Amino acid sequence: MAVAEPLVPRTAGQSLPAIKTRALTKKYGDFTAVNKLDLQVKQGEVFGLLGPNGAGKTTTILMLLGLSEPTSGTARVLDMDPARDPIAVKRRVGYLPDAVGFYGAMTGRQNLRYTARLNGINRKAADAHIDELLERVGLTNASNQRVDTYSRGMKQRLGLADVMVKRPSIIILDEPTTAIDPAGVEEVLALIRELANDGAAVLLASHLLHQVQQVCDEVGIFVSGKLVASGAMDKLSSSLGTGPIEIEVAAPPPADGVKAAALKVNGVTSVEKDPRDSRMWLVKAKRDVRADLARALVEAGHPPYHLRRVGDELDEIYRRYFANYSPEEATPA
Amino acid sequence: MTAESISLSQAGAAARGRKRKNIRHEPAYQSAPSSKAESAPKAARPAGVPAGWRVIAAKELADNLSSIRFVVLTIILTLVAAGAVFASAGQLKSVAPNATGVNSLFLYLFFYQPQGAVVPTFVTFIALLAPLLGIAFGFDGVNGERSAGTLPRLVSQPIYRDDVINGKFVAGLATISVIFVAIVAVVGAIGVLQLGILPNLDEVLRLVVWVVLAVIYVGLWLAFALLCSVLFRGAATSAIVALAAWLVLTLFSGLLVGLVAGVVSPVGDGTADEVIANAVTKRNLSLITPSRLFTEATQATLDPSIQTLDINAAVAVNNEAQALPSILSLEQSLLVVWPQFVGLIALTSGAFAVAYVSFMRQEVRA
Repeated sequence: MAVAEPLVPRTAGQSLPAIKTRALTKKYGDFTAVNKLDLQVKQGEVFGLLGPNGAGKTTTILMLLGLSEPTSGTARVLDMDPARDPIAVKRRVGYLPDAVGFYGAMTGRQNLRYTARLNGINRKAADAHIDELLERVGLTNASNQRVDTYSRGMKQRLGLADVMVKRPSIIILDEPTTAIDPAGVEEVLALIRELANDGAAVLLASHLLHQVQQVCDEVGIFVSGKLVASGAMDKLSSSLGTGPIEIEVAAPPPADGVKAAALKVNGVTSVEKDPRDSRMWLVKAKRDVRADLARALVEAGHPPYHLRRVGDELDEIYRRYFANYSPEEATPA
Repeated sequence: MTAESISLSQAGAAARGRKRKNIRHEPAYQSAPSSKAESAPKAARPAGVPAGWRVIAAKELADNLSSIRFVVLTIILTLVAAGAVFASAGQLKSVAPNATGVNSLFLYLFFYQPQGAVVPTFVTFIALLAPLLGIAFGFDGVNGERSAGTLPRLVSQPIYRDDVINGKFVAGLATISVIFVAIVAVVGAIGVLQLGILPNLDEVLRLVVWVVLAVIYVGLWLAFALLCSVLFRGAATSAIVALAAWLVLTLFSGLLVGLVAGVVSPVGDGTADEVIANAVTKRNLSLITPSRLFTEATQATLDPSIQTLDINAAVAVNNEAQALPSILSLEQSLLVVWPQFVGLIALTSGAFAVAYVSFMRQEVRA
């Protein structure tokens, strides 16, 4: 049954949200770890739950898996209640925990077999599937080595294979890119994208916005137990309103001409030499004026060969929300 | 230890009440999301799929049996046991010709200690050292999974949370049973060779009962070590606490009991009544230690001539029926040890229950 099937079987009722929480709350004594969370993850999408450490991401995940009971509010996972029916939920949800570990004395393949047995998959079906998964995460050659000998990145990839053993409809990944090198991050992200393309819903919790933004269809910004913003990446940044932005420009001289042309653009507030790089101009504007600026410079005979917004949307998002933590970096009014 | 987690364990118990077995259905990953009404039976595992605790127990047993601690402990215990039995056998051979009318001579191997012997008997050694087996296979049961980062992965599989601790306990008991059967077989073989007599059916049955008893006794220490592994995050801390308890309860308890008994029932003039009162106090005090329960149960199980474990009764029997040494059948011996047997089972179940509840109440995250 294993080989011919698609890796992630599509389920009936695609319209149902894979994950939906309503006013989900978890309190530990006086401390509110998760505060009235309303979250929705659609089938086949990658949702990035982004927030600093200690924002309540892992607590939320544990509630979605039925491993922790909500103080109030409800969670529905594939229209099941994880608090009441955790086994059924866990059968269909693959979870890669933060700092995932394996039994070091066992080989990678043995670890995956154990997971298969815990899921009640018979040995024959499991073995074929495990071979396929090991191939997919690039661990075929290392599959018969003890996990002790694996690097952090290899363990993370083994973790992704482990999550896939049960052919989940939903995949929950907690900090999948932490503590691995950049090449490893790229590999892991590519794998995650693949998994989503196979039809699974992916909930990706991370504090590394830059790394995960490229694979997320939607993101939710999660700070201090609250979802402060959510939506598609582009909408999210536009919803942030028009804060002052900075643009780096480099264009052929004469310098005065460049400065004059840039200043004429509607919205530009100042144009100065970049103190860090004398070849660059630093343009400050009230809105994103990149298109207008480029046009103006071309028309003025200074076609720019470099034009970049300093700090992209994500930096903006980070500053806006995460930085609330540190008082000296107060959000601009 | 929050109120939520208590309710979680209650919910787990309720779900358990719904029975896992009888309900059949297709593996969930092939079926469409079900309505709420259907979702409750889904808590059951598909027919023909082993329960979670069995899968965990099988893996843990394999781990245990291939571990270095298993090899080391088996070798040490076998050597110690063989040494003790060699000593007993040597003594037995010299007195055996005089021991006419002694039944179950074979079993004397295990507990016979002649006057002035230096080497403790087999059963003394076991009462002293066997708890180490329980500690060795339990002290890093839960905290080991935590520090390796495997616990969240394990409990996020479609199993009940208690499958983890149940599976580990069962695997530990199985490992201990394997070791005991091996040791008794080796020791029995030595006895057969040394004494030149074969055990009869009654003696074999008594040994089987004794092995069950020993597994329960070591199971108590296994449960206690598992409790330590739940309560303490560091495996070293857990091991040290368990070992400290072992030292206090098996080695030092005799001293403490002697001191307390000396105060409560002093032996002033050395009259018979005073001596008996002192002995009774000592025994009653030491009965709270599992090693004493096990030792007494061992005596009456292996030695068919022991008719009572109560000192006053023993004195009375001795006075009135001195000349009539009688031999009890296995059933009668079991009646004699029944309180000790039940006491050990109760202690072991109690220790496991505490470990179980502490584990169920704990948060999964490290």
